[in-house]
Amino acid sequence: MLFVGVVLCGVAVSAAFALRAFNENLLYFFSPTQVVAGEAPTERVFRLGGVVVEGSVVREPGSLTVEFLVTDYANTVPVRYTGVLPDLFREGQVAVARGRVDSSGVFTAEEVLAKHDENYRPPAVAEALEKGRAASGQ
Amino acid sequence: MIPEFGHFALILAFCLSLAQAVFPLVGAATGNRQFMALARPAAAGQFVFCAVAYAALAYAFLTDDFSVRFVALHSNSELPTFYKFAAVWGGHEGSLLFWTTVLAIWTLAVAVTGRAQPEAFSSRVIGVLGIVSAGMLAFTLLTSNPFDRLGLEMPVDGNDLNPLLQDPAMVLHPPMLYIGYVGLSVPFAFAVAALLTGRLDREMARWTRPWVLGPWIFLTLGIALGSWWAYYELGWGGWWFWDPVENASFMPWLVATALIHSLVVTEKRGLFKSWTVLLAITAFSLSFFGTFLTRSGILISVHAFASDPARGLFLLMLLALITGGALMLYAFRAKDLAGEGGFTLLSRDAFLLANNILLTIAAAFVLFGTLYPLFLDALGFREISAGPPYFNVVFLIPMLPMAVLLGIGMHAAWRKTPPDLLRRKLKWPAVFAVAAGATLPWIVFGRASVLSTIGLAIGLWVVATSLVDPIMRRLGRGATGAPITRAQWGMYVAHLGLGLFILGVTVTESYDTELDRAVRPGETWHTGGYDFEFVGLRDVQGPNYTAVEGEFEVRRGEKLVTVLRPQKRVYRVRQDPMTEAAIDAALHRDIFIALGQSLGGDAWSVRVRVKPLISFLWIGAVVIALGGLIAVTDRRHRVQPAEQAERVRVAPVPRPASRPAEGH
Repeated sequence: MLFVGVVLCGVAVSAAFALRAFNENLLYFFSPTQVVAGEAPTERVFRLGGVVVEGSVVREPGSLTVEFLVTDYANTVPVRYTGVLPDLFREGQVAVARGRVDSSGVFTAEEVLAKHDENYRPPAVAEALEKGRAASGQ
Repeated sequence: MIPEFGHFALILAFCLSLAQAVFPLVGAATGNRQFMALARPAAAGQFVFCAVAYAALAYAFLTDDFSVRFVALHSNSELPTFYKFAAVWGGHEGSLLFWTTVLAIWTLAVAVTGRAQPEAFSSRVIGVLGIVSAGMLAFTLLTSNPFDRLGLEMPVDGNDLNPLLQDPAMVLHPPMLYIGYVGLSVPFAFAVAALLTGRLDREMARWTRPWVLGPWIFLTLGIALGSWWAYYELGWGGWWFWDPVENASFMPWLVATALIHSLVVTEKRGLFKSWTVLLAITAFSLSFFGTFLTRSGILISVHAFASDPARGLFLLMLLALITGGALMLYAFRAKDLAGEGGFTLLSRDAFLLANNILLTIAAAFVLFGTLYPLFLDALGFREISAGPPYFNVVFLIPMLPMAVLLGIGMHAAWRKTPPDLLRRKLKWPAVFAVAAGATLPWIVFGRASVLSTIGLAIGLWVVATSLVDPIMRRLGRGATGAPITRAQWGMYVAHLGLGLFILGVTVTESYDTELDRAVRPGETWHTGGYDFEFVGLRDVQGPNYTAVEGEFEVRRGEKLVTVLRPQKRVYRVRQDPMTEAAIDAALHRDIFIALGQSLGGDAWSVRVRVKPLISFLWIGAVVIALGGLIAVTDRRHRVQPAEQAERVRVAPVPRPASRPAEGH
């Protein structure tokens, strides 16, 4: 009985820790429209996804810092990233960035991911793009 | 003509798998010996036709038959022959054909070696495997026929194999994993057969053990290969990303590991019977679930190359049928599988129980983090994901105590252990682990954190406790009981591997140096104890790609350590850029450089990593697998009529409580 009790307590405590870790590390996805509308939290890391606007990628020559715009065709969010971009990152293509947004509306990315396949879009991004397209009447 | 021949062979294989599923099971239920006698011929025939189908598809690849849709999508006339052969399992349809062929091979192996088992039991095992075969073959034929022709749209040349997959480790990684995944269907079939029979005696447990160890060895190596591939091929320098597909392979491994341990208890002590059966069902269900995750396209991940919801639905239904059927049977029959005795808190039985609970908790946490986001997404709630920090934290919660207990459990005896024995054996390993864990980081790296100290101490503890018995025997001390058996050696070696792995993870994660930097030719910098110089760039022509190659000289003091040449490749057919990292690997550290992108002018961004002791990850994994291999060769695992006498002796004799445990 004691043994079962100890086991149950152990399981319960570890499950509690796991849930806490899960809550703290949960990443939400926001579209550019949601970010512009101020729906995204400013104190917490989240994922932003959309299409990289053609001609928007600006790099300080010889530096790792790069700036570009991400759009869902309705709104755009400026993104700033210092680091090595993934191989498939390209203008006019889908990218997902993980990071936080500051009060001026600039998204500072800790990590940038690009799609892995010509025909494949992350479902959340595809949905956001469709909504954005509908909203902008394109 | 050959592809149609392959298609036809696949249909015949399906028909035979139906026969293999129906006749043996009905025969075993009704006692019809003629029906049961059909089990082996049906399994053999199914294997032959699967092999023929597989050969036909391989032939289509090797002869560049681009009229076959699957070949056109995954091969190219310029693709090196080696990769043409590997491309057979490089896409959805081909990998399913591979899956079913491997299942046929495992089934054949079970059929051949099962002759010494009671006919009804062995027929049931083959019959259950037939159900799985029939389901997967139907899935392949109905939704994913690899032999589909393109007709008039036949292209002049193929679309090429995904460049990420054009790599020796990636050629081996999927087959290894699949052999492991699919092999877990055998213990599943044993478990269902035991439920159908209504009893699980010790010899059934003993028959099952090699059939868990075998797939488990392949899974171990497959996961390690995948991790190694991700490390040098994806160009990020990480070795594990808690990607859903990685998790999908890791969860069956965790549960199969638990199953190996609980089977020992079932065999030696006749305990944990229904738990063992449940683990066997879970292990295969998770494997199947892994197939579903990778093959349904519901994931956002580097691995999810396929996306077709119809396929996902079929697989999900198959999963529900197979798992649900087995669990239902379990619900009705598990009460028949009563244990045969009790045990105390300080016994090997109790430690193995703790191992099982902790491994299962770990698997459950990983499952939760993998599934919950998918689940919410499917229900139309927010798009979320659980990041690597979640998995890193929750995985350590059960694993740290498990590693500590493992060192004690290895030396505990069945049923009841005198504390004296444990104290004598474990005193020095404990002192060594704590002392070395607390001082080594300061001596070698000059700094330490709580986690790195704990990790090092636990790793050293596992290594020391794995070695203490062989060493004490060598020195002629504490040589009580029988000599170390093969199975026991397997246990010590596998645990030693785990210890090395823990050391590797701890040191790599605590003391690696990461630097992303913009560099120009001629530029030098210092990082992680080494001096780097970017010498310059040149263009390189590969067989089916062109590349820019950077040259980096790495020095330590005045001495040239190595010259690294990472590449940025563009494959001619797909035109996607690909990073080919350059790594100087040594036992004590890896130096890793990957080219990022051109920053304008002659400047490039580069990733530089110095990773101490990362080699211990792969060495540890290989040693773990080696332990499994040693255990599998234990003579007692083979069913031979000549050994019946020994079996009778082993089973009912209660061991003296003071005798040290006779291992697996």
